[in-house]
Amino acid sequence: MLQCYRADLHIHTCLSPCADLTMSPKRIVAKAEEMKLDIIAVCDHNSAENVRATFNAAKGKDLAVLAGMEVASSEEVHMIALFDTVDAVLTMQKLVYKALMPGENNEELFGQQIVVNEFDEVEAYNNRLLISATTLPLAEIVKQIHLNSGLVIASHIDRETYSIFGQLGFIPDGLNIDALEISPNTTRAQVNIKFPATARYPLVTSSDAHFLEDIGKVTTSFLLAQPTLSEIKMAFSKRDGRNIIMEA
Amino acid sequence: MNDKKIKISDVIDTCNTKAVTCPELIEREIKGGYASDLLSDVMANTKAGDIWVTLQGHPNIVAVAKLKELAGIIIVNDRIPDAETLNKAKTENIIILTSDLPAFELIGRLYKVGISGIR
Repeated sequence: MLQCYRADLHIHTCLSPCADLTMSPKRIVAKAEEMKLDIIAVCDHNSAENVRATFNAAKGKDLAVLAGMEVASSEEVHMIALFDTVDAVLTMQKLVYKALMPGENNEELFGQQIVVNEFDEVEAYNNRLLISATTLPLAEIVKQIHLNSGLVIASHIDRETYSIFGQLGFIPDGLNIDALEISPNTTRAQVNIKFPATARYPLVTSSDAHFLEDIGKVTTSFLLAQPTLSEIKMAFSKRDGRNIIMEA
Repeated sequence: MNDKKIKISDVIDTCNTKAVTCPELIEREIKGGYASDLLSDVMANTKAGDIWVTLQGHPNIVAVAKLKELAGIIIVNDRIPDAETLNKAKTENIIILTSDLPAFELIGRLYKVGISGIR
């Protein structure tokens, strides 16, 4: 039976230098429950080291967690990669780490990058320059995500910086993106007018939360049989009744 | 570049720029120049003392300029940096200049003054 599932598919943890230190797995899961979300995805900048802890923190709860990462391409376009297993996102992470621009994080300038466990205890500090970008071109990122059975969503396309329209001005032909994400600052209608090409893609609205209070501020509702990545994929192509439920 | 030290104040008029943050820093020396709108590229390839020409106006430009100890940032095409960028630049002591010139013209004028991209 198909049901409505509310999803926030873009949430940062304290591993992202720009995210608040309170963005730890237990707190994120608790806030997601409070906001009555059914599906969340944890997507840190160029890293997925807090994904397993978030999976574990949500164990036994009525909340599905997707294994995500927000990868920055060589064009500095941010892309959300979503997988259904921790292993898959860690495979992607290996590739991203190899291609990440060199340098060490400067905590004072960019913020701390904290790796935590499922009990919100600090395990380590990641010292990579996660705020930077990879040398991977957009097309290669899309290809690699798909090779690992993931979904690709272009991040906050209405933003001027770090978005596909901001950096490239258009969506290149043949770039096989599964969906586009719009930020809380705009609406589907506004985006369709400003960027007519968006009409051809499924649109999701996500919070891009860097602070606890932003989790679930905007969501996407899906009609699915189960809260899984493969079901979301079906919803993107409107297969077998799966769909994105449009808000009025 | 010739031996004479070039300061930010030396390029203000020729480049149609005005300081929108930290005008007290206009006597700072410019040792070289770099132009890019990709922050990852700027982080990787600038040297301390470079003047950075870009069209980006978001707050991360301040962190990058601080990290790389750049002489300052010139934002082209009459773009107005975000309010948060300006506040952050004031806190971090980064001079931001804006210009109505397009990047190509502005860089040409900087080069004429004696600022080079190679050193």
